[in-house]
Amino acid sequence: MTDTEAGIAGRVVELVRRLAGPDAQAEVGVTRRRLALTRFANSFIHQNVDEVAVSVRLRLHVDGRTATGGGSLVDPDGLTALVERTLAAARLCPPDQDWPGLLAPTPVPAGPAWDDPTGHAEPDDRAERVRAFVAAAGGLETAGYCRTSATVEAFANSAGHAATGRSAAAAMDGIARAGGADGVARLGVDRLADLDGAALGARAAAKARAAADPVELPPGRYEVVFEPTAVADLLENLSWYGFNGKRHAERQSFAEPGTAQFDPAVTLVDDPLHGSHMPFDSEGTARRALTLVDGGTTRALAYDRRSAAEAGAESTGHGMPGAATFGPVPHNLRLLPATNGAAPNGAGPNGGAADGAATHGGAATGGTDPGGVTGAVADPETAALVAGMTRGLLVSDLWYTRVLDPKSLVITGLTRNGVWLVEDGVPVRAVRDLRFTEAYPRALGPGAVLGLGTRAVRLPDRDDGVWWEAPPVRLASWNFTGGASG
Amino acid sequence: MSEFDAATAAVQAALDAGARYADARVMHRRYESMSARNGAIEELTQHESIGLGVRALVGSSWGFHAVPELSDAAARAAGRQAAAIATASARVPGPPIDLVPSPAVTASWASECAVDPLGVPLSDKGDLLVRATATMREHGADLAEGLYQIWDTAKWFVSSEGHRIDQRIRECGGGISATSIGERETQRRSYPSYRGQYGTTGWELVDSLDLTAHAARIAEESRALLTAPECPAGETDLILGGEQLALQIHESVGHAIELDRILGWEAAFAGTSWLDLAQLGSLRYGSELMNVTIDPTIPGALGSFGFDDEGSPAVARDAVREGRWVGVLAGRDSAAVAGLDHGGSVRADGWARLPMVRMTNVGLEPGPHTLDEIVAATDDGVLMDLNRSWSIDDKRLNFQFGCEIGWEVKNGRRGRMLRNPTYTGIGPHFWRSMDMLSSEIVPWGTPNCGKGQPGQIGHTGHPAAPARFRNVRVGVRA
Repeated sequence: MTDTEAGIAGRVVELVRRLAGPDAQAEVGVTRRRLALTRFANSFIHQNVDEVAVSVRLRLHVDGRTATGGGSLVDPDGLTALVERTLAAARLCPPDQDWPGLLAPTPVPAGPAWDDPTGHAEPDDRAERVRAFVAAAGGLETAGYCRTSATVEAFANSAGHAATGRSAAAAMDGIARAGGADGVARLGVDRLADLDGAALGARAAAKARAAADPVELPPGRYEVVFEPTAVADLLENLSWYGFNGKRHAERQSFAEPGTAQFDPAVTLVDDPLHGSHMPFDSEGTARRALTLVDGGTTRALAYDRRSAAEAGAESTGHGMPGAATFGPVPHNLRLLPATNGAAPNGAGPNGGAADGAATHGGAATGGTDPGGVTGAVADPETAALVAGMTRGLLVSDLWYTRVLDPKSLVITGLTRNGVWLVEDGVPVRAVRDLRFTEAYPRALGPGAVLGLGTRAVRLPDRDDGVWWEAPPVRLASWNFTGGASG
Repeated sequence: MSEFDAATAAVQAALDAGARYADARVMHRRYESMSARNGAIEELTQHESIGLGVRALVGSSWGFHAVPELSDAAARAAGRQAAAIATASARVPGPPIDLVPSPAVTASWASECAVDPLGVPLSDKGDLLVRATATMREHGADLAEGLYQIWDTAKWFVSSEGHRIDQRIRECGGGISATSIGERETQRRSYPSYRGQYGTTGWELVDSLDLTAHAARIAEESRALLTAPECPAGETDLILGGEQLALQIHESVGHAIELDRILGWEAAFAGTSWLDLAQLGSLRYGSELMNVTIDPTIPGALGSFGFDDEGSPAVARDAVREGRWVGVLAGRDSAAVAGLDHGGSVRADGWARLPMVRMTNVGLEPGPHTLDEIVAATDDGVLMDLNRSWSIDDKRLNFQFGCEIGWEVKNGRRGRMLRNPTYTGIGPHFWRSMDMLSSEIVPWGTPNCGKGQPGQIGHTGHPAAPARFRNVRVGVRA
């Protein structure tokens, strides 16, 4: 299959040479993807989709002008039309003074191991995990999805650089519902075999039962423990708006490399090859781990070739379609967990690997329920953080977060899928959802992180190929600006 | 083989494989966008995609499969696979599913288009964006951005009930934004809205916007906002401009009346709705000034079509009449579950995506006032315009919106400019507080409505006009 995509990419490069001349510079990416998603609601499968898509992307620089074209037609006529259309567009564009040139032939590492059963998963494989999730919820209403994807990609440019790769991944995300309260379980994995629908369903059900009969709390600043599902939102927004090299060049980012902007407990690494991912970006640049924040100090930003050239830096392998407009965004960000025994406030060793992602959804209670509301705390990592909190909130998930100002990264959003009041280390009551308005960098700033879990969980994004990985986090303060009633 | 032939082959193959109902869509979409920054073209993208998606109902379980090929063999294989997926769905079965009737028609429909947007020379389109962004830079913007987008979609729909419909829908639009960057924050002004105004029209829409004429003003306003006083915090009367009210309608009415959400089909992701079907026809949604229609027949509005992606014809219906909730956005299966008699609001974002309940044009009918009259009638309040941020809970109740600009309103006059205006509330409380509504309706287009898994981007329209709301909490900040 890889030869096919590489063959198409090579043919497009040849077409460019023939139609635009030897001086034309071309970058071609060919992607064939199978994306299947089995969706359930009201405890039955109501949507079940499977798509096979092929796309060709051509970026062409000719006579000092640049245009991008793409399409799904890969027969000879379709490819010729793509090249002719893109060539015509480029010739009508104004000169591109900032064209960064093409990547010279460069070694590209092999990507993560391909898992065949995941890459060739059948509808029954997904349905079986859904059935297990629903059954494990013990009669509670459930909703969510099980997703598998397989991608084969080839890159070639007219400078002679070429690369191929393939990746497969799976994810499950579901809720259980009890009396209007929801509990969530969410996990992204490289191997479908690592998705345990029953474990995830049991966790979601326990959380839902624990979230029943919530009370309303007044808004204000509260100490919080965020579960990994909530921390993922912090990582996503920091990536889009903070560590984006283009936004930084435009002075729209808070990031200041070399400055201790975060708590010393915070180390952020964009690590695409830690999970299933292509080993190269849309410009053919090899992907690699990039430490963005090291022990609280901002160290690096993400660049594609264009934004790197403008900043006098090197591409970090973050080229992606649309990056010329939106900028290069880290899409596989890991908040590194505390090392064994080093987690503040007693979150000590519990057998977790220091930098390993948990590959399970968590048992319903993990055997570590600290008392209080049964099921609110679903794993030892969170239990250790909650145990150190005198008064605060345990938050499962964040929802509909939107940026009020990109530079200060002030964001509003809501809690979702479970909030609990914690007193003296014990979750004592379920709480209705709250609205917050908070500056994310400030909330993670020096002195603001009171504890990290020692194991991280990988959370799938809406978009296949994008994931966030984090342990639970305890923060000194979070600004809740409204209750459920307004 | 023709597009209709491919769709027919896919449907027949699904039936042969055990489906009791099947439909198929072939879609051919051409897309073009251009963005400019600070007087130079930033990116020009053109994309062309064609493929087939087939949906099969086996028993009471659905399956959907999509392929990027239109050969007879590929179409038949897709139909068989859709049926096989539906069979797998039955491993976790639900209640019986039926489809409300939809007349089996043979029809063609095309949106109105005076100037083919893909036919306008790229150089002309580029010159427009370059000129507008250069003007914004000259007038103080640190970051001057312009964008247009064009979609030209042809689709062929066939169902096992006898539908045979082809449509061609051309959509386009654009806009400009000026950002000024201060020490600790940024301020943005846009025209006519952040991503621009969009419709099912030709390039005449973009021409009518006259982007360059507004470039200097918004650049100067973005700069002035950096030193403007902050919007005060507290409760006050709030006047919203039409563009912001369009998004308020989208988020707190349009999504709330989606029947799939009401039925719980989106519970895990997009969310549910605070609305209960038992209250359809009796619930007080807003004040008596609130008349909201679901109308995919509005010429040129972004949510218009001839037939939805289940073959149901475009029909205008009421959603809210004199403040009372009376209608929903539905598909043929969700309507049957709810005991309603019509679908008509199901669309798919391309051939590879499952058709689902989407907004069409959901908007307000005109009120009796003008913006000037509303301001003149307000003793103490804030006027806010153009959306900057939007957030709402998963039941579509608790919202918080930020706007690009605000003005103090004192004793019936618009006063000083205010920066970082935000407001928050609970949907029905908010709508019940609307006591003045302008007649100055504009069918605002929203080209970026996200929903579904895998994700789909919907294009929706929202007729809206300025309006006043009493005792609203404003000035929420970190």
